[in-house]
Amino acid sequence: MNNTPQKSYNKIEKLVNDKINNNPSFGDNIVTSIYQKAEKIAKDVVTVNDEKKVDWDKKVDKILTSKITGYPIMLILLGVVFWITIQGANYPSEVLASILFGIEGELTEFFISLNAPKWLHGLLVLGMYRTLAWVVSVMLPPMAIFFPLFTLMEDLGYLPRVAFNLDNLFRKAGAHGKQALTMSMGFGCNAAGIVACRIIDSPRERLIAIITNNYVPCNGRFPTLIAISMIFMGSLAASHFSSVFASLSVVSMILIGILVTLLVSKFLSKTFLKGVPSSFTLELPPYRKPQVGRILIRSLIDRTLFVLGRAVMVAAPAGAITWLVANITIGDVSILNHAASFLDPLGKLLGLDGFILMAFILGLPANEIVLPILIMSYMSQGAMLELDSLTALKNLLINNGWTWVTGLNFMLFSLLHFPCGTTLLTIRKETNSLKWPFFTFLITTATAVLVTFIINITTNLLGLV
Amino acid sequence: MGLTNQSTGLSLLKQKFDIETDNKTVIALAGNPNTGKSTLFNALTGLNQHTGNWPGKTVTNAKGTFKYKGKEFLIVDLPGTYSLLANSTDEEVARDFICFGNPEITIVITDSTCLERNLNLVLQVMEITDKVIVCLNLMDEAKRKGLEIDVKKLEEKLGVPVIPTIAREEKGIGRLLETIYKMTNGEIKTNPFKLKYNEQIESTVKEIEKELVKILGSQFNTRWLALRLIDGDKAIINSIKDIITIKSSKGIGGKLYE
Repeated sequence: MNNTPQKSYNKIEKLVNDKINNNPSFGDNIVTSIYQKAEKIAKDVVTVNDEKKVDWDKKVDKILTSKITGYPIMLILLGVVFWITIQGANYPSEVLASILFGIEGELTEFFISLNAPKWLHGLLVLGMYRTLAWVVSVMLPPMAIFFPLFTLMEDLGYLPRVAFNLDNLFRKAGAHGKQALTMSMGFGCNAAGIVACRIIDSPRERLIAIITNNYVPCNGRFPTLIAISMIFMGSLAASHFSSVFASLSVVSMILIGILVTLLVSKFLSKTFLKGVPSSFTLELPPYRKPQVGRILIRSLIDRTLFVLGRAVMVAAPAGAITWLVANITIGDVSILNHAASFLDPLGKLLGLDGFILMAFILGLPANEIVLPILIMSYMSQGAMLELDSLTALKNLLINNGWTWVTGLNFMLFSLLHFPCGTTLLTIRKETNSLKWPFFTFLITTATAVLVTFIINITTNLLGLV
Repeated sequence: MGLTNQSTGLSLLKQKFDIETDNKTVIALAGNPNTGKSTLFNALTGLNQHTGNWPGKTVTNAKGTFKYKGKEFLIVDLPGTYSLLANSTDEEVARDFICFGNPEITIVITDSTCLERNLNLVLQVMEITDKVIVCLNLMDEAKRKGLEIDVKKLEEKLGVPVIPTIAREEKGIGRLLETIYKMTNGEIKTNPFKLKYNEQIESTVKEIEKELVKILGSQFNTRWLALRLIDGDKAIINSIKDIITIKSSKGIGGKLYE
């Protein structure tokens, strides 16, 4: 056996240990030397021409991240963004719905003229086409307005300020301040937010950030929240306040999401993932003039069309499958009804119903399709005649026993429930274990069940429904 | 023992970064967070990925290709980091690529509005590799803030090409491309400034280097590795331990990396 490398290594180890023990400041010395040199070079080559120039970044930051004005501005900005979205999406949604369902009528005529079998018409038109029409008319307009606005805030540099405002809260929750950033990233896509958790150095805090990332609604869930706010929550208020009320309910969802993120982070850092938060300095990037043209194009193509495309890809087969399970009967009852009535007791406990839980389970591949699947299942109950406007959609929900508590709990369940398939796979990849995606699935679902259950019980006891 | 060349340490890293180059020239793009790396990456490759005004937007290595004067390049957009001392996963990703991925050229993109902090990274990169190009990005913002940078002087001090750019408006990209091209051709040679530490550190580095060469040969930058060892860098220590395990199991005659 030739052990030369081992010998050399031992020599190195001894050298390093001796030197470091004799002079523990070696490491610091290296770092300091680098920094001093950088400082010196910078001083030599940079001249500051105009010391008096106003530092607008600092002035704006003082207001946006102040302890007094930071939070109100944040809330107002969010509120305005959603108000514009909801106000602006209403009309195009109506138009799209009436056009697309007009086409459905013609498709039906066409199938009749072909003498096509009833099941084929059901599968293709009532199943696939209808679901697609709903996905497009309910989700496209809000997305087309919301995503450019969101991208605009991102490009301006506002999102890191949000993170800055929240930083302190995260530290109090025993988590890493940078989690505020990864959480903000989660608003775009939870899977991306989870990859972004790599910026957190400590494994414990990184895990907390990964597990709780799903509590903020992603691009796939925003349209669902906005749509339910628009068609259901909004209409609970007097008509000229409806879009204000609807925007407020979306904003509250986000706040609840952040609150739950903090609470669960705190819970985790006290139980499964104990430890002290490590400190860091969050850097505020400079404000940049947004490139409006590019934002429009990028947010429409990268976000809107991407999310819509994903929704359509999953919704088409899901629509067909939902139609099938709604129309294939075992005994006298359809498979869908069997499953729904099995889930119904649990659903009712949570202020939801069996169909809603079914829709969430079937929506595991992509959160975008939960609402379309739900509409499909309700409609396959047969009783519905025409469903060509958003008012009709609201009536459909009310006819199926929805109250404001159902609407609220539906939104909350969507906000808090298990992550989509992609996100779970990403957690597996990032943590390199099956344990953490499974744990995330459990803890998120438990939160969703717990919160909706409590709301249902209290509203029932207080006689609010 | 189950430890093979492919399954451990540095070779694992190599494997991780052994990207399909197809004879393309590999360029690494490093820099502090939010200095416009992704924007420059887009400008060079013509890819149109969305770039956000975020520190920490890029956490994985994004790859893209471009052609200049008939030569094909593969450019890797590294996560934005302030240093290469590997305090977090993203720093490790960036550092390992520059050190073990053997890029032909490393472009360090800097924010002209806060040069001092950005130069830290430049100096650290220059400790690992000689072939460095520094991009002074966001020149328009520096100007707006009343900052003037003596590019020639900076170039002299660093000993590598320094190119002012405004990546968003694709300004300076032509000069950058030309510099990349000439550097790979050998028309531009660099003479990078190497930081000297105090005598104690320098003499320790020399002693460690002598032993490191026996283990690693001349394939890696032993000076830089020695510095990391003195710095107490655990990841590096483990990588070296792994290599020793391989070597001893193969005997001294075994070649490490064919």
